Amino acid sequence: MNLLGQPVGLVHYLVVGAVLFACGVVCMAVKRNAVGVLMGIELVLNGANLNFVALGSRFLRADSRLALGLDGQAMALFVIVLAAAEAAVALAIALNYYNTHATIDVDEADQLKG
Amino acid sequence: MAVHWHSFFFWLMAIMACGFALAVVFSNNIVRMAFYLILSLGAVSGLFFLAGADFLGAMQLMIYVGGTVVLLVFGVMLTARRPWVDMQTSGGQWVLAAVVGALLLAVLLQTAFSVPPWQSSAAAAGALPPAAEPTAGPLGLAMVGVRVERMADRPAAESSSGLAGYLLPFEIVSVHLVVVLVGAAYLARARRRLSAAAPARPLEEAPQ
Amino acid sequence: MVDFLAQYLGSVWLAGTLWALVQVVLVLTVVMISVAFFTWLERKESARIQDRLGPTRVGGRFGWLQPVADGLKLLMKEDLIPAAADRVLFRAAPYVSFCAAFTVFVALPVASGWVALRLDAGVFFVLAVAGLEVLGVVLAGYASGSKWSLFGAMREAAQVVSYEVPLALSAVVPVMVAGSIDPVTIGDLQAGGFWNWLVFHDPFTFAAFFVYFTCAVASVNRAPFDLPEAESELVAGFMTEYSGFRWSVFFMAEYASMLAVSFLAAILFLGAWHGPLPLVAGVYAVLGIPAGHPLAIFVAQLAGAGVFLVKGYLGVATMIWLRWTLPRLRIDQVMTMCLKYCLPLSAAMFLGAAVWLYAFPAGVTSQLLGPGAAATEAAGSPPAVAGRTALAEGGR
Repeated sequence: MNLLGQPVGLVHYLVVGAVLFACGVVCMAVKRNAVGVLMGIELVLNGANLNFVALGSRFLRADSRLALGLDGQAMALFVIVLAAAEAAVALAIALNYYNTHATIDVDEADQLKG
Repeated sequence: MAVHWHSFFFWLMAIMACGFALAVVFSNNIVRMAFYLILSLGAVSGLFFLAGADFLGAMQLMIYVGGTVVLLVFGVMLTARRPWVDMQTSGGQWVLAAVVGALLLAVLLQTAFSVPPWQSSAAAAGALPPAAEPTAGPLGLAMVGVRVERMADRPAAESSSGLAGYLLPFEIVSVHLVVVLVGAAYLARARRRLSAAAPARPLEEAPQ
Repeated sequence: MVDFLAQYLGSVWLAGTLWALVQVVLVLTVVMISVAFFTWLERKESARIQDRLGPTRVGGRFGWLQPVADGLKLLMKEDLIPAAADRVLFRAAPYVSFCAAFTVFVALPVASGWVALRLDAGVFFVLAVAGLEVLGVVLAGYASGSKWSLFGAMREAAQVVSYEVPLALSAVVPVMVAGSIDPVTIGDLQAGGFWNWLVFHDPFTFAAFFVYFTCAVASVNRAPFDLPEAESELVAGFMTEYSGFRWSVFFMAEYASMLAVSFLAAILFLGAWHGPLPLVAGVYAVLGIPAGHPLAIFVAQLAGAGVFLVKGYLGVATMIWLRWTLPRLRIDQVMTMCLKYCLPLSAAMFLGAAVWLYAFPAGVTSQLLGPGAAATEAAGSPPAVAGRTALAEGGR
């Protein structure tokens, strides 16, 4: 098949990263469960990570001197570490919210509503 | 018919990643969302391996799939209500979110397709991709401040500019992690939980 | 090997595919047969420890075919799914654990260069994938629709995730001593006699081995850390509602992960594929066989692979021995052991090993006894030093 015979380039990775990012944004906007919103955040960060790694890879383009090289991977590494830290804090906030409001539904967090 | 296995596995992983991400968006059961997220992030790890970043792929598996998703599942279990409450979003909000998501996707795709040097690939069709260069050692040494993979590129007489590693960000991230985890543990410390029957008047009555 | 096959098959991709399939089939076969052997070994060893005989009827005096009978029985059991179960997750959960447990073997070498996927971050990959089994457990516990399964699953997840930290820290100690995180390189550095094994390199690595083994036993949920599967408390924890083939998939995943952590212990500490004495090299020297001949190398590798398998099996046999000797720990004792004992110990071993390497960079014998002693060693410098200097030069 022609599709499987062609080598994969940078733009394929960027498209996958874009789809993951958009899915994450929609998930953050649509989900009522706070943990569901967190899952959207994870998808967004993974889309961005995929972009970093793809731009840093030496196989994916014709001129490998233009690739970011190790910088792309180091950035993705830091993003992974920081995302884990952020997920811990966000989950702590979600747990706190659940313990004080007896619900995990973010639509019911409207006490500051004017 | 020569199958370019790199492309085959790329398409497999890409379809898994995007498909399960869509399943996360459209699913209503929070635990099934976590399961689909596991599969999607595992496929992204596969994509990292295919791009030559094997240390990063292993790190994604260990920290994201093995750590963050476990954290999310714990969060799901700790905030569970019997019976499992099915929280539906109204149709209007779905339409709005879909429009925003589609616009964002269009912008990102347009950017991706508009840079000509990004379109072609270095690998010759029909050949197996070249063996991955070692990344674990150079990444580790870069974290300690020495960019070994750049040392070969420059003559010895030149100054050592551009060789600075990631020592300062590494230390900052380490301190950041300690601070964040202490803060998260403090925020989520055990307190008496309000029952569902009591009306929610949290700010006055929640014990500190 | 791919180039060798490509000459006969004509195309490189076909040769690559065939070789990948051969490797996958080999790994799966060896691990599956090992798992079946371990079911027999567990029954026999537990029986002998309890002063009885164990299986003696199926397949002769020693019950060799008992695993076959067990497997057939499990396949023929009724396929039950509880009414309150989440059907999709209930069916999928055993396979998540199974895939995680078996993927580990892809990066574990059995002899120098004989590895399905040579990753330069191999040890890290093994630790990462071994920690993914807990996801299958948690999903199984939730999907069973029973609160006892959920309790068992959450306890197991807490235990495995907590013990991953001292496990990784104590696994990093030999990596630091060897100077590489590639298991093939770590194994190659332990050539020669048992005095070159990393476990005898310095007292901190010696202690780190025992911490690693303890954390490995906890990480695969074997007694004395098997509270999540405790028969006397939670029926069978997260596996309560699983029967027949799905239960056997979980069981295979557990034994496979026991074998995987034993293999990793052998690579990191116990000399990988090298025997206690350099017998093969000695035999070659006595018989006058040139050591560079391909067939001689192949036979030496094969012997090394056999030694490696024996070391892994001994590790699993030790875990079985521990299970039937020591009483079970309570969950709070398990967490206390991790956070108050194993974690500080592994951190102290890490620090101690780093200080030792700083104080004796060329190895203790050559540093204390002077350069003359170093010259009498078989290799010019201790193998671990060679690894670290190679790392400084090339980043490999």
